[in-house]
Amino acid sequence: MALAAAPAAATTDEDERMDSTVQDRIRQQITDTPVVLFMKGTPVFPQCGFSAAVVQILSHLGVKFKGVDVLADPSVRQGVKEFSNWPTVPQLYVQGEFVGGCDIVREMFETGELKQLLEEKGVPVRA
Amino acid sequence: MAMDAAMIERLIKESLPDAQISIEDLRGDGDHYAAHVVSGAFRGKTRVQQHQMVYQALRGRMGNELHALALQTSAPDE
Repeated sequence: MALAAAPAAATTDEDERMDSTVQDRIRQQITDTPVVLFMKGTPVFPQCGFSAAVVQILSHLGVKFKGVDVLADPSVRQGVKEFSNWPTVPQLYVQGEFVGGCDIVREMFETGELKQLLEEKGVPVRA
Repeated sequence: MAMDAAMIERLIKESLPDAQISIEDLRGDGDHYAAHVVSGAFRGKTRVQQHQMVYQALRGRMGNELHALALQTSAPDE
């Protein structure tokens, strides 16, 4: 018994539904992969100096991570800012937890806290 | 698009009146700053929370008019 198609939803409903889908997708991504970096460009070709700096730190530590290029999808670019209540990209997530942007990652790298955090969270790090 | 350092300092002070703020205009273009903010309100907060408090003070300008603000935060005697 086929149901008649529902009338088209008002634009606002549609937008909200899209937003929650983006939020769900981000949550899924950071849960599925231990280390995720939302960035501008890709790990091989970063499009922003701040993103490049975090890629360099992660590479230096020998950390395997997934880069998500926010320039490829405007809804993710906006969505990830709302997700973490953080106004800028890059954003680093470890085991589903927001660690910080470029400044915090750099500071934590310099003090050795980043390596410690990764180890505590069970992420293999180069000795 | 640019924003002057005095404006950044004023906005932060409005939200964190005790804040000791030093701001450096990194390129002299009014668009790339480094700020060090020390406030008692940061006590017991994580770095992420401390930075969020500063971003809150800047009321949506971070990432918009203000392209780049390298931030370092701490509580007094930390």
